[in-house]
Amino acid sequence: MTMLDDTSGQTSAPRQTPQALIAARNIAVFLAKAPPSAFGLIVLAVLILSALFAPLLATHDPYVQDLQNTLQAPSAAHFFGTDELGRDIYSRLLYGSRITLTIIGLVSIVVGPIGLFVGTVAGYFGGKVDIVLMRLTDIFLSFPSLILSLAFVAALGPSLNNAIVAISLTAWPPIARLARAETLTFRQADYIAAARLQGASATRIIWRSIVPMCMPSVLIRLTLNMATVILTAAGLGFLGLGAQPPLPEWGAMIATGRRYMIDSWWLVTFPGLAILSVSLAFNLLGDGLRDALDPKQMNRR
Amino acid sequence: MKPVSVEHMSIRFGAVTILPDVSFDVAAGECFGLVGESGSGKSTILRCASMLLSIWTGDVTIGGRSVREMPLNERCRTLQMVFQDPYGSLHPRHSIRTVLSEPLKIQGLDDRERRMREALGDVGLPASFLDRYPHQLSGGQRQRVAIARALILEPEVLLLDEPTSALDVSVQAEILNLLVRLREERGFTYIMVSHDLAVIDHMCDRFAVMQSGEIVEVLPREAIKGNEATHPYARELIGASLEYESVV
Repeated sequence: MTMLDDTSGQTSAPRQTPQALIAARNIAVFLAKAPPSAFGLIVLAVLILSALFAPLLATHDPYVQDLQNTLQAPSAAHFFGTDELGRDIYSRLLYGSRITLTIIGLVSIVVGPIGLFVGTVAGYFGGKVDIVLMRLTDIFLSFPSLILSLAFVAALGPSLNNAIVAISLTAWPPIARLARAETLTFRQADYIAAARLQGASATRIIWRSIVPMCMPSVLIRLTLNMATVILTAAGLGFLGLGAQPPLPEWGAMIATGRRYMIDSWWLVTFPGLAILSVSLAFNLLGDGLRDALDPKQMNRR
Repeated sequence: MKPVSVEHMSIRFGAVTILPDVSFDVAAGECFGLVGESGSGKSTILRCASMLLSIWTGDVTIGGRSVREMPLNERCRTLQMVFQDPYGSLHPRHSIRTVLSEPLKIQGLDDRERRMREALGDVGLPASFLDRYPHQLSGGQRQRVAIARALILEPEVLLLDEPTSALDVSVQAEILNLLVRLREERGFTYIMVSHDLAVIDHMCDRFAVMQSGEIVEVLPREAIKGNEATHPYARELIGASLEYESVV
């Protein structure tokens, strides 16, 4: 039997670069090419940069009150004006981006693994395990997420950390459903059968074979979820159940600005725009990721 | 070399009986074929024998040991399977190195690098293929990798589930010749499912004709040429195949 012919011409990818890095770079390039997802990437970059360099970019201390200068309209001294206690809104928005990023980050870190675990285990084992886990998921799904978070925060006490816990508790079920649906399509595949014939344990099959296949759609779903997470966090802040004053959380800023809204439009407009653009950016980014990670696009990567 | 014996294998899914009662024996080092139309239960026999399906009754013994009683690791190192579709049997996100090293890790075998290179060499692929991904390989190359994966645990019995039917004709011949050569070198016992009598003629010493879950007749390879089957269905099947070949 002769060697196969095309071994001489293999110069495709340099051996040292890990496949994951190449894929990540290609996805980023793909996202940057389409205008909507490029907008998403830019807003996300601005968000991260302003969170990182908030102390450098801010013109004022976000917590210092200046009762001589309350409710000042936007001007050169205060780009976005001042609030009812004379605090600089521009600086508060910059510091608020740190809170937003913390919420998104922590919620995603908690929700992704929980959803993935519940979904893949339910999907792979099926039967009773599936029934128990999925009915549990259904119970969480059957409440509107804001109401359920409200209930959790009310029980745990209002604070930023409790808001994060509450949002996480309500955000994992859609991920679990998705991961289960994906797992059901892979569990009969021959490569799973082959892994079983090699003596692989269920844990190993789920971790090594099923989780990598579920990752793209879970990542997309997480990104799309972030918009909801931001809105829920802002909603909780607005209701006074999330971040507590004087933390510059965007939703809480709108809540306190509401009373002065008629005379001083800038109090609610700028935090509102920030929430709008960030949640829009995550939606667009999620859509872009869906295109980038589409299996049909695999060959292009 | 170990003989395989299937005794009173029976499986049903709900109200539907897939295999009512199947028994046959395969001698050590023999290649035994299973032919029949789609849905006649050929692949199900392999899936039961390999314990991918466990809800069947009856018994399968390999070298006198029941597959049910064998510990998992011993079973894995006694019996391996090659699947029909090489596009579905390799994990799309695993490199060939991962595909081949996983069984070695699971079974705790050392000297992995050497074993992987040997397994690839056995199926006629260069060692540089280790760092490739399935989507960079052709169908025939993938099937070679799938065979290498089955070989790497050094089993005694190989179950072949239509190993060539997803490949085009010229590649089919390569893979069949590879399988013939491996059996001559290593003395495997093969049980091979196919719906192509030409493939059976090329590979197998004896074959069983199946119809709706039952073995209607077991014939030696030589019976194909003159259509020496006695059962009407087997005669019909072989006759149709011979007719088709004479047309082609």
